[in-house]
Amino acid sequence: MTDQKTQAELVRRSLKVRYRKERRFRAYGILAIGIALSALIVLFADIIGKGYTGFTKTTITMDVEMDGEMMFLDDATDEQQLKMADFVEPLVQAMIKQIPGADEDDRDKVRGLLNPYASNELKNLLKANPDWLGETHTITVLAHTDVDVYVKHAGDAAYSIKLSDEQQRWVDGLLESGVVDTSFNDVFFSSGDSRDPSRAGILGAIVGSLLTMFVTLVLSFPIGVAAAIYLEEFAPQNKFTDFIEVNINNLAAVPSIIFGLLGLAVFINLFGMPRSVPVVGGLVLTLMTLPTIIISSRAAIKSVPPSIREAAEGIGASKMQVVLHHVLPLAMPGMLTGSIIGMAQALGETAPLLLIGMVAFIVDVPEGFLDSATVLPVQVFLWAGSPELAFIERASAAIMVLLAFLISMNALAVWLRKRLELRW
Amino acid sequence: MSTMNPAMTREGEMADENRAQEQVEAPAETIIEEGTTVGRPFSDDPKFKLRNVEVFYGQDRAIKNISLDIGRNEVIAFIGPSGCGKSTFLRCLNRMNDSIDICKVKGSLALDDQNIYDSKRDVVELRARVGMVFQKPNPFPKSIYDNVAYGPRIHGLANRKSELDDIVENSLRKAGLWNEVKDRLDATATGMSGGQQQRLCIARAIAVSPEVILMDEPCSALDPIATARVEELISEMSESYTIVIVTHSMQQAARVSNRTAYFHLGHLVEVNETNKVFTSPEHDLTESYITGRFG
Repeated sequence: MTDQKTQAELVRRSLKVRYRKERRFRAYGILAIGIALSALIVLFADIIGKGYTGFTKTTITMDVEMDGEMMFLDDATDEQQLKMADFVEPLVQAMIKQIPGADEDDRDKVRGLLNPYASNELKNLLKANPDWLGETHTITVLAHTDVDVYVKHAGDAAYSIKLSDEQQRWVDGLLESGVVDTSFNDVFFSSGDSRDPSRAGILGAIVGSLLTMFVTLVLSFPIGVAAAIYLEEFAPQNKFTDFIEVNINNLAAVPSIIFGLLGLAVFINLFGMPRSVPVVGGLVLTLMTLPTIIISSRAAIKSVPPSIREAAEGIGASKMQVVLHHVLPLAMPGMLTGSIIGMAQALGETAPLLLIGMVAFIVDVPEGFLDSATVLPVQVFLWAGSPELAFIERASAAIMVLLAFLISMNALAVWLRKRLELRW
Repeated sequence: MSTMNPAMTREGEMADENRAQEQVEAPAETIIEEGTTVGRPFSDDPKFKLRNVEVFYGQDRAIKNISLDIGRNEVIAFIGPSGCGKSTFLRCLNRMNDSIDICKVKGSLALDDQNIYDSKRDVVELRARVGMVFQKPNPFPKSIYDNVAYGPRIHGLANRKSELDDIVENSLRKAGLWNEVKDRLDATATGMSGGQQQRLCIARAIAVSPEVILMDEPCSALDPIATARVEELISEMSESYTIVIVTHSMQQAARVSNRTAYFHLGHLVEVNETNKVFTSPEHDLTESYITGRFG
C-alpha cells in the first residue's frame, strides 16, 4: 500500500512538471506570434502612414479665359497653330486673378505653382472642344509638385518645402478659397512612370506585371504540373530520376538573381530576345517558379489517397485514366494553391528582372508582350531610390497596391482550396 | 488511481508473457515443409490454376511456393494471422501488385488456362474480368451513379445512356443498394454510411460484369449489421461469380465460403471444405489458429 502511495505521489509530481512545461511552451508560442504580429503592424503602419498621401493629388480649379489673341490661336482645329500656341499664358492670367496682391511682375512665381504639364491639359481640352476658344470655362489642372508637397507635408521636417514664403502664403490663401484642393489621385492609376512625381503613375507597372505574370502562368503551370505528374506517376525509380528530384529541390533554393543572370545569358545574349520585355521577364520568372510548382504539385499528387488509385485500377482503369479521372481532380486544389503561391512569389520578385533590363525608365504603358515594360516591385525599387522625396509616398502607395495584389492572390488560393477540397 | 496503476502494469506484463508464449507455440519453419499443403488444394473445374507461386518484396519472400486451384463459382476464403501473405497472394490474382516496384511474382498463375503474368497479357482486360473490393470502402468522391457507371464507361460497355442506366440499376440491385439510393443517385458517394459505401464498391465491381471478385477483408471496417448485409450479398453472388475473400473473421469464413485456405508465414498450410477446416482441421497449425491459440 505504501508503495502504491509513493507511486501516485510520483505521478502527481511529474504531472506538475509536465503542466509547467506545457504552460511555458504555450507562452513561447504566444510570444512568437506576438512578435510577428507587432512587426506586421509596424510594417503596415509605416507603409500606410507614409503612403496614403500618394493616393491624393493637388489640383487647381479656376475660371480660365481662352483668349485667342493671348494664345496666338484663332482656329483650335488647326494642328499647326495648336503646336505654336501659348497655353501657359491663359492659365497664369487666371491664377493671377485668383491671388490677391499678385500682379504681372509675379508671373514667374505664379507659374511656379502650376504643373509644367498643365498647359498640355489645356491644349488637349481645346483640341477636344475647339469652340471653347474665346470663351471662359472652369478648368481643373494639376498643381506643381512643390505645391503638392507643401499642401501635404507642410511642417514635416522630412520634406523640404521649395516654395518661397510668398508662394506659401498664396497657396494658403488659395486653399482657403478652394482654388487649390486635394482629391483622389486618378493620375496615379492611369499613367506610367514620369520624372515629375505628381504625374507619375503605376498603370504601366501594373500592366507590365500582368503581362509578365500571364507569360509566367501560361508557361509554368502546364510545364510544372506535367513534370510533377510524370515524376510522380510514370517515371521509373532510378538514379536518374533521383538526380532530377534532388536538382529540382535545389533549384527551389537558388537565389532568384541567378535566374536573372541565366535569363540575360540565354534568352537575351544567346537567343537575341529584346531587353526589358514582359516575355523575357515571364520566361525568367517561369524558371524561378517551376520548382515551387513542381514540388507543390508532387505533394498534392502524393496526398491523393492510394485507396482511390487502387479502386480505379481494380476496375481496370489504365494508368492514364487513373491519373486523368481520379488523381488530377483530387490533386488540383493543392496544385492550384501551390501555383498561385508560386505566382505571388514571382509577382513580388525584383532581382532577376533588374538583370534583364526591366528596370529601365519607361513612361508608356506597355501594349504587348514585346513592349518595354517594368513591373510593380521594380517600380517600387526605382521610386524608393529616387532623390526626390515626393517619390517616397508614391513608392509606399505602390507597395500598398502590390500588397493588395499579393493578398488577393493568397486569398484566392485559400478560397480555391476551400472550394475544391473534397472530403472522403 | 493509486490502486489502478500497478494492476495495469501487471496485466501488461501478463500480455507480454502471452505473446512470448505464442511465438514459442508456433515455430513455423520447423513444422511446415515448403510447398506441401494438406487437404484438398486442387479442384476439378478450376477457374484459377496457381502453381508454385512465389512472391518477393525485394529480398523478402512473402509467398513461399504455393499451389492452389480456385474452382469455378466457388467462394474460397483465405484466413491466417496478420502478415501471412494472404492479401499479397490475393492481389496476384489481378496483378494489383504491379504498381509496387519491388514486388516480383514467380510461378505459373493461370485464369481459364491463360497465363496472368504473360508479358503480352493486358492488365486492363484482366482487371475487367477479375474485379476487386478493398478493405476500406473506397468510393470515388463522385456521385453514386458515376461511381457505378465509371467501369462500364471506361470499358465502353454501354452505347447509350439508357443502357448505362440499366447497368447501374442492375448492379445496385445486385448489391442490395438500389432501394436505398434510387432517389439520390446524384448524391456524392462519400456521404453514405460505411456499409453502404462498401456495397457501392461491390456494385461498382459488379458493373463491369467480372467473372471473379476478389475481396480483401471487405467487412473489417463495418459494423455487424452492415457485415451481415455484405455476407448475405456474397452468398447471393456466389451463384454467378467466383469469389475469393480474405478475412480475419473465422465466423465469416465459416458462413460464406465453400472452401477455406489457411495461410501461415507465406505458406499455404491447409485447404479444405470449410466445415472440415473448422470442425476437424488436419494440420496442427490450423487447429491452433482456429482455436485461438495465436493469431
